[in-house]
Amino acid sequence: MVGREVQQVTPREAILGKIRTELGRAAGQHPAPLAAPALRIPLSDRNLYKDLFVQSFEKLGGKAIIARNTSYVLPALSTLLEGKRVVASNAPFLRSCGITDLPQVQSGFTDRELLREACAAADIGITSADYALAATGTFVMLASPREARLISLLPPTHIAVIPRSRMLASLDELLSILPKPAEQTSSMVLITGPSRTADIEQILVRGVHGPGEIHAVIVEES
Amino acid sequence: MATIKETVADPRLQLAIYSATQRLIDHRAGAVGFKVFPEYQDLRTLAHDIKKHTIEHLDYYLEQLEANVVAHGGQVIFCEDAEQVTDFVLNLAKQRNARLIVKSKSMTTEEIHFNERLEHHQLEAVETDLGEYILQLAHQRPYHIVAPALHLTRYDVADIFTKSLGVKKEVVIEEQTKIARSVLRDKFLQADIGVTGANFLVADSGAVVVVENEGNARLSSSAPKIHIAVAGIEKLIPRAQDLAVFLNLLGRSATGQPLTVYTSFLSGPRREGEVDGPDEFYLILLDNGRTKLLADPDKRQSLYCIRCGACLNHCPVYRKIGGHNYPWVYSGPIGAIITPQFHGVSKDPWLPFASSLCGACAEVCPVKIEIPKLLLKLRAEVVEAKQREGAGGLERLAFRMFSWMMTHPRVYLMLACIGSALAPITPKIGPLRKWTSQRSLPPLASTSFHKWWAERSSK
Repeated sequence: MVGREVQQVTPREAILGKIRTELGRAAGQHPAPLAAPALRIPLSDRNLYKDLFVQSFEKLGGKAIIARNTSYVLPALSTLLEGKRVVASNAPFLRSCGITDLPQVQSGFTDRELLREACAAADIGITSADYALAATGTFVMLASPREARLISLLPPTHIAVIPRSRMLASLDELLSILPKPAEQTSSMVLITGPSRTADIEQILVRGVHGPGEIHAVIVEES
Repeated sequence: MATIKETVADPRLQLAIYSATQRLIDHRAGAVGFKVFPEYQDLRTLAHDIKKHTIEHLDYYLEQLEANVVAHGGQVIFCEDAEQVTDFVLNLAKQRNARLIVKSKSMTTEEIHFNERLEHHQLEAVETDLGEYILQLAHQRPYHIVAPALHLTRYDVADIFTKSLGVKKEVVIEEQTKIARSVLRDKFLQADIGVTGANFLVADSGAVVVVENEGNARLSSSAPKIHIAVAGIEKLIPRAQDLAVFLNLLGRSATGQPLTVYTSFLSGPRREGEVDGPDEFYLILLDNGRTKLLADPDKRQSLYCIRCGACLNHCPVYRKIGGHNYPWVYSGPIGAIITPQFHGVSKDPWLPFASSLCGACAEVCPVKIEIPKLLLKLRAEVVEAKQREGAGGLERLAFRMFSWMMTHPRVYLMLACIGSALAPITPKIGPLRKWTSQRSLPPLASTSFHKWWAERSSK
């Protein structure tokens, strides 16, 4: 054995090698088939989703507003937005609701640093949402040129304006229509209620790092 | 840190542990009952089967995960131990001229003393989960997998904040939270690197899934330019769609929430056109002893754990001795089965015996790990190891004497007589005193069965 070079084993090879030894498997060996994913989607009336969403959302401490169509959105939000510094996402739906035309609203960010500064200073962040889940009162946000990550995160208040047509029953339905979210975005975030903690004495406190106040505006016809 | 004796004798600490775990028990019970969640038992079985399948083909799914992370522009770093993780992070920090790291809660990084290792090299790593932040300031390790500062009161927190942050004494929890928010907000905005753990690694998507309530994991993964996720190799699930099973179980089992406030599904750095998010994404896959758990098909189950903490809350031993009296960062029943497997059964041989085998842990485990069965297996291994080392002679002698006594009726009767005569005082002296300091012994019958039988037959 003299003169034989010591083989350098990378941590990757070492770990995969140990796993294969312990499990008695060979490299490249395919797994046994796995049962189809279990998605439970209730066959309920889609018309009920809005009410169910409002119920779940308000139980979490969110406030829901129903607007008949896009022209009702601004009047519904006027007191909330008065005198506040607001950042709105680039979602076209917000523009069609007239939100981006308000003088106190900054929008149209394409630069990360500028967006960060604006969000860090803002009182309110307004976004749309790609979906809303009725069973849990959840907003589903996919990062894209239309929706940045920080608008729903840095300001102390978050408002999501959502067409009713984007309501889904539950997480299970979301995963059935979006079986591989990573093909569309680097970041899909489910937001279920205001930011909260119970780390001190199990006492619930809202708004620890994310928004402590969240609102949903559901637009019936869009 | 309080010892077992001190913990048991401290009424304030006992109350803190009991009430916090009871609240978590109640929250879970309200979320998994048949009326509110009829699918619960079926999902547990499914979750067990999916984890079993994944662990049995771990190498395949790890390679699939790796390929998908790379396809989305991220990098995967396999690490065998703490040192390799630190080396990678230090190297990257040096190359990028990074100084400040914000961290969200991760048991895997606790396991390898991530923060302390980086601090040795003049890197600041700040915990941002409120509970973890308090503990970092107090230089303590987590008391509980899910509620890390469960043992501290608002008064403890006030003292810790005053001492470490120089703020005036503040005992209102809302205000304490605001103090932490404002200190940590600056850190988030200044940080060069964000480090998160991972609750799940999704093989078919090359994605990391992080669940949380505060928003600190979202901030850690999206505010800095570099995101590093550190995860144990066992965190894998095959498909994004399997999350329907696991997310429905995790939040409910941990805190009674159908979904936690934030669930982040992250794959790679930000993409073309996305306004914000990290420019670089690294996934560190850590072994640190996990491969040692694979050999035995039963004990392998320990790797199914999704760290919900339900077994801790329901464990009569955890609820008495608290989290700091377990030898490693993982406490409670799950700690009692994984610690001996990571460190060897001889290191803390008492650990698998610190259980009443009541079975509550197995009953509430969302992935149906047979914890009591594994405890028994580990107990047997402890005994075997002792015998190999030639120890346990005294115990063998005791059992030999016991069997001799039990097979010699005259000796037995004589000793029984002495025993019952001494019964009133034995609990107060000798080895029994320890046992009876926390429990009451049922009184012995005034007449022995033998005597009663003899008298009854002679009538």
